[in-house]
Amino acid sequence: MNRPSDAMAPGVLGKFKYKSNESPVKILIVATLLCLACAALVSSAAVLLRPLHKANEVVLAKQREILRVAGLYQKGQNISAMFRQIEVRIVELPSGQYAENIDPDKYDYDRAVNDPSTRVEIPENEDIAKIRAIAKYAPVYLVKTGKTITKIVLPVYGYGLWSTMRAYIAIKPDGNTVDAVSFYQHGETPGLGAEISSLRWQAKWKNKLIYDAQGNVKLQVARGVVATTAANPQYAIDGISGATLTINGVTNLMRFWLGANGFGAYLKTYQHGMS
Amino acid sequence: MARTYRKTLFEPVLDNNPILLQVLGICSALAVTTMLAPSLIMCVALTVVLICSNMTISLIRHHIPGSIRIIVFMTIISTFVIVVEQLLRAYAYDLATQLSVFIGLIITNCIVLGRAEAFASKNPVWPSFLDALGHGVGYSVLLIIVATLRELLGSGTLLGYVVLPSITNGGWYAPNGLMLLAPSAFFIIALIIWGVRTWKPAQREQAEFRILESHEHE
Repeated sequence: MNRPSDAMAPGVLGKFKYKSNESPVKILIVATLLCLACAALVSSAAVLLRPLHKANEVVLAKQREILRVAGLYQKGQNISAMFRQIEVRIVELPSGQYAENIDPDKYDYDRAVNDPSTRVEIPENEDIAKIRAIAKYAPVYLVKTGKTITKIVLPVYGYGLWSTMRAYIAIKPDGNTVDAVSFYQHGETPGLGAEISSLRWQAKWKNKLIYDAQGNVKLQVARGVVATTAANPQYAIDGISGATLTINGVTNLMRFWLGANGFGAYLKTYQHGMS
Repeated sequence: MARTYRKTLFEPVLDNNPILLQVLGICSALAVTTMLAPSLIMCVALTVVLICSNMTISLIRHHIPGSIRIIVFMTIISTFVIVVEQLLRAYAYDLATQLSVFIGLIITNCIVLGRAEAFASKNPVWPSFLDALGHGVGYSVLLIIVATLRELLGSGTLLGYVVLPSITNGGWYAPNGLMLLAPSAFFIIALIIWGVRTWKPAQREQAEFRILESHEHE
């Protein structure tokens, strides 16, 4: 490289350009400029990509909950890879049929619930879960062994005492027996209502029945411990003391989502053995 | 001119491979090669970082004071590594979490700093780009070979698809557990180095001193 001598360099920029690399001033200038440029690059990358990072974490957290409630979660394993064994389908809630024209990978359920053009208002007297509106199409997650369905996982949510409580419920292929439940998001009172997310309480849901012979939702959380001598212990789950309003919310959201406005029609297709 | 460019590009792939001849970047070659998929991501990440850092350093090479050059190189390299990590976390989140710290550790990968010091700080931008691409490909070729062998023999799968059905899943193949441990990568790399140096004797290193025999006979 031919470089003109210092004397030929005009102006401030030229002086800088042809200054000896080893002069303390140049070292400081180079270091400062480099740091500024690198800091700008790193921080803009972090700020611009933050929404995508957040979204990834949310999706992964959801997949982990679904795997957990389906009994497939193994710690340390790749969540997306494990999730591939679960089949995602979209159900048209009023008819209970699969909506074949909607791609489950592209369907944004949260958006469909909030978007005024896709949400369906619920009549006030039927809105027992206090969620005002739902999407017409909802995802279901099928756990299969070979071709046979072993569990059906449904997303449910509703209002408790303070907050919207979100859960997944895994149902056996008879469409009537609870296999597991997982409340993964809520803002209920710590120590009282928040006990709904404790594993010990959630374990009490196993093998409880949902519908009576007439097809009415009977599943409910009782007040206090369910006595074996109670009228219908197969439908009732022990309550949590000091959390009556949360518990009522749980009962209501389950009754809503398992009833006619929710997945009721869909689960009927299983009860008649035509899955 | 064209010939030296070609040499800059292709020499690092076989004749001057960063892992085989220079024996650099071994750490990541051991750590990420238990499975093929993360290895591929690692190859792409390293090649991208290497190209970006080589070109940037070459671009400002006349203004880098010699006394602070290493820290300047490190700053530039770490910047690109962080950007690449952020991109991976945005677009390949799952693989990025699998690779955990190893993307970040590209900063300390000797290949990147080695090329900055040995080549990019002395050469124009275009040859520096070719040099980086060549070294990236050379590193990738070896990583892919090691990862293919390790995943196939260690888990019976390739990219997660079952190739050799393992006994635990009702097949016939008994997976070789050693292949999942780091030492197996050492063995594989050593065998490849042995093979290449037998094929190309020019790569053999001269002994630095001769071991004296302990007993002179007669």
